Amino acid sequence: MSPINSPAELEEFRKGIRSQRDLNKPCITLCSGSACHATGSREVAASIEEEIKKQGLSAEVDVRKTGCHGFCERGPIIVIHPEEICYFQIKPEDVPEIVSRTIREKQVIERLLYTDPDTGAKIIHESEIPFYKNQERLVFGSNGSIDPKCIDDYLAIGGYAALAKALAGMTPVQVIEEVKKSNLRGRGGGGFPAGRKWEGSRNAPDEIKYVIVNADEGDPGAYMDRSLLEGNPHAVLEGLIIGAYAIGSHEGYVYVRQEYPLAVENVNIAIKQAEAYGLLGQNILGSGFDFTVKVHKGAGAFVSGESTALMTALEGRVGEPRPKYIRSNIKGLWGKPSVLNNVETWANVPLIINKGADWFTQFGTDGSKGTKIFSLVGKITNTGLVEVPMGMTLKDIIYDIGGGIPGGKKFKAVQTGGPSGGCLPEELLDLKVGFDELTRAGSMMGSGGMIVMDEDTCMVDVARYFIEFLTDESCGKCVPCREGLRQMLEKLTNITEGKGKEGDIELLEEISEVAKEASLCALGTSAPNPFLSTVRYFRDEYEAHIKEKRCPALSCKELISYHIDTAKCQACMICLRKCPADAVDGGKKKIHIIDQEKCTKCGTCFEVCPSSFNAVKKISGEAVPPPIPEEERMIIRKSKAQ
Amino acid sequence: MTEIRLQIDGKEVVAKEGMTVLEAAQSAGVPIPTLCHHEKLEPYGGCRLCIVELEFRDWTRRVVSCVYPVEENLVVRTRSEKIDKIRKMILELLLAHAPDSPELRDLAQVYGADRNRFEKEASFCIHCGLCVRYCDEVKKKNAVGFVDRGIRKEISFIPEIASKECWNCKECFPLCPTEALQAAYLLTHSLTSHPPSLEPPSDK
Amino acid sequence: MDTARIDQIIDEHQGEGSSLIQVLLAIQSENHWLPKEALERVSQKLQVPLVRIQHVATFYKAFSLVPKGRHEIHICMGTACHVRGAMRVLETVQDLTGIKPGETDLDLKFSLETVNCLGCCALGPVMEIDGKTHGKMAPGESADVLKNYE
Repeated sequence: MSPINSPAELEEFRKGIRSQRDLNKPCITLCSGSACHATGSREVAASIEEEIKKQGLSAEVDVRKTGCHGFCERGPIIVIHPEEICYFQIKPEDVPEIVSRTIREKQVIERLLYTDPDTGAKIIHESEIPFYKNQERLVFGSNGSIDPKCIDDYLAIGGYAALAKALAGMTPVQVIEEVKKSNLRGRGGGGFPAGRKWEGSRNAPDEIKYVIVNADEGDPGAYMDRSLLEGNPHAVLEGLIIGAYAIGSHEGYVYVRQEYPLAVENVNIAIKQAEAYGLLGQNILGSGFDFTVKVHKGAGAFVSGESTALMTALEGRVGEPRPKYIRSNIKGLWGKPSVLNNVETWANVPLIINKGADWFTQFGTDGSKGTKIFSLVGKITNTGLVEVPMGMTLKDIIYDIGGGIPGGKKFKAVQTGGPSGGCLPEELLDLKVGFDELTRAGSMMGSGGMIVMDEDTCMVDVARYFIEFLTDESCGKCVPCREGLRQMLEKLTNITEGKGKEGDIELLEEISEVAKEASLCALGTSAPNPFLSTVRYFRDEYEAHIKEKRCPALSCKELISYHIDTAKCQACMICLRKCPADAVDGGKKKIHIIDQEKCTKCGTCFEVCPSSFNAVKKISGEAVPPPIPEEERMIIRKSKAQ
Repeated sequence: MTEIRLQIDGKEVVAKEGMTVLEAAQSAGVPIPTLCHHEKLEPYGGCRLCIVELEFRDWTRRVVSCVYPVEENLVVRTRSEKIDKIRKMILELLLAHAPDSPELRDLAQVYGADRNRFEKEASFCIHCGLCVRYCDEVKKKNAVGFVDRGIRKEISFIPEIASKECWNCKECFPLCPTEALQAAYLLTHSLTSHPPSLEPPSDK
Repeated sequence: MDTARIDQIIDEHQGEGSSLIQVLLAIQSENHWLPKEALERVSQKLQVPLVRIQHVATFYKAFSLVPKGRHEIHICMGTACHVRGAMRVLETVQDLTGIKPGETDLDLKFSLETVNCLGCCALGPVMEIDGKTHGKMAPGESADVLKNYE
């Protein structure tokens, strides 16, 4: 493959690829992101390839392993083109039938289709399923059409046209103006206007400049960047090259966390393929612009995702944030102007260049333009990655797309922004998602994690969880963060264990204020947010823990007891057998009693008691009722002859 | 070097370009408390005690003066209700580790910090990092270093490394505000040297 | 791990001090831990003080300064898994194996680690053993899963 030497050649080449692709040819696409791998998509892929060969269809049917489709709750996912028939939760055993009935006989297999939970109707086409229909998948949608290991797929859908347009038809300043006009704000958490960041670097008087992709995605529960980098690495690369051209950088880095091996693999393949096509390296598309990019792996530190820390890690040192007040777009990596942006931010750039800032700004709110990919996880029916226009309400995302709370449970809170964000209660479900809107409410956009919580989630424990996470991930350099979080963790743990005291909340608020004001980096200044937001909206839970030693959500182990309701127990012995601590006393027809001394509060009895009996109860803040006398423990069943 | 004029606590101060606010204040005799600062070392920005307030027309901003560069017409306040509250909390958090440190106790008096605010922590070390940085930047020996991160972070002499690198110059001793460093040194030293009675018998 | 292989890895990264983390990742990946001798060799060849390498090796969770067991158990403690009860799974596994996160048992059979998000939130709570994902873990099932590993 010889390099493509001009935009015109690129278009010729693209035409050539497209002409060889028959869009009416049957094609089985299988979601092959890491999440689907975890549900067995590799085995399904093997089964498909085997079955196609077996049925002699290798020439007539294409198989494409694509990037993440987003509906992770229902993986593995297959979409059969051209009909766009969408099948869910595929097992290898389903494949022969799929090939025989759907591919050969054009028949739809009902049991593999999506069922509308309200109407019971089966939905055949991917785009009609509510989960997808209610999204605006500008960036993420391409994942389903391309094999990330194949650059030709990306070219077939129009890839690298934006790069050609920028290099051949726009000056660097014009590119920056377009990005500024679009008001693209950083998708990694900071929400800083990308165009302004680029302009700062462009104007910095230095020959050497760097562009960096931040794929360190450390927020627990957020995996959008992983799926984007795994599923469509070329979109990210294209954005990066355009950005490099705009600021005058010739060297770039992709910093990927090592916990994402598939993303590392796919981005490395994408770089090699782009180099082979002359889209990276010297004299890109004959424009005279040179640019190379290297992949650098993270080694397991959340704080190294902070931009100055990331640059320090790229320099081979311990990835701790820098205390200096000089912006890194002026003095960043090796002291040079460096533009660092998040994966999703870069992936938006080709769209903006191709379709223009005016097109982009039609989506979103005044302050937040475009779309955002969220990872909708936790206590939600449709777990997955969703892309919505800024300005959609939390309610629509959680209910229309997410399908609401499973198990008939009640919504309690939604947590956004990861460890830097906050929990928003039911009263705020009408909030429109946007950078400023979320910040005003006491949370933040963050990288896009959206964790839904229900009535069984203890909000004090959520605050404790995030503080614990940060005490581990803090670099430990500055006092307010290291020592402040140390004390906050101790206090919050005490509260969840029933050792809370009057005055604890006030002390925690005082430490929070100092951490917010005086910490060295954003990890520290935003660390108190989960605590502050839960105190703001769920103060009653804190007070119950402290004053009544009661956990309203019946979750904190030290504050709950498991008790078997004697009126409901049918002495079936299931919990007795399953209890890992041998704490259930009883027998056939003898009502079971939990020995509170032995009980380890693992919750197994609660899980396994048949739902028709529902005899195991959790109680908190009150004493366990004393066991009933031995004589009353025998269940006398009425005999049939009566 | 251009001259930069700024105001610190109402006093006109003339500083040179490239100086930090802390250096400018020190040159003008305005005291700002520090723990992790040392004139021979690169500014660290770890203790945050040197935090000051910058006054602008409509708003104030708090920055750490040991790393903030001087700017023309900057208006700096080294004490305020907010600043004092922050310093008090920082001291109380550190006193949980080293309640008897003379330096901390002196500062605690000025800011009304209560040494019993928090329960005592096991380690004396307050992570000012002076020992590590001095050994690295001035002595260029790297005998003592940081280990791990977050609340598990420690400063230690790793026996195999220290026994080779450390010259026993003990210039790090006077730097430590809490004597944690001296204790670590003595412990490691005793682990890596053999007392005479345990010398292997010589072959005679 | 022999010195020649370590030298090879260092050369693959152009022997630059800035590649320290990448070099250590390569050694960790092949050897499953970072022996003292390997760190000394890296210090020598990259001209980085050993104490700084020690900080890097302890700062980042990817590195282990002690040998790992035959089977590496990773329990996800991400927010979504936490909300679905990951703590209980961790406690049960701790009881069953006798080790805490970061530790390896005396038989070198299991090493236990917590990880902060595997990105399989739809399957939470998630336990990964030797790269194989076990999803929707209930504490009571952990014993059955671990039994399968020798």
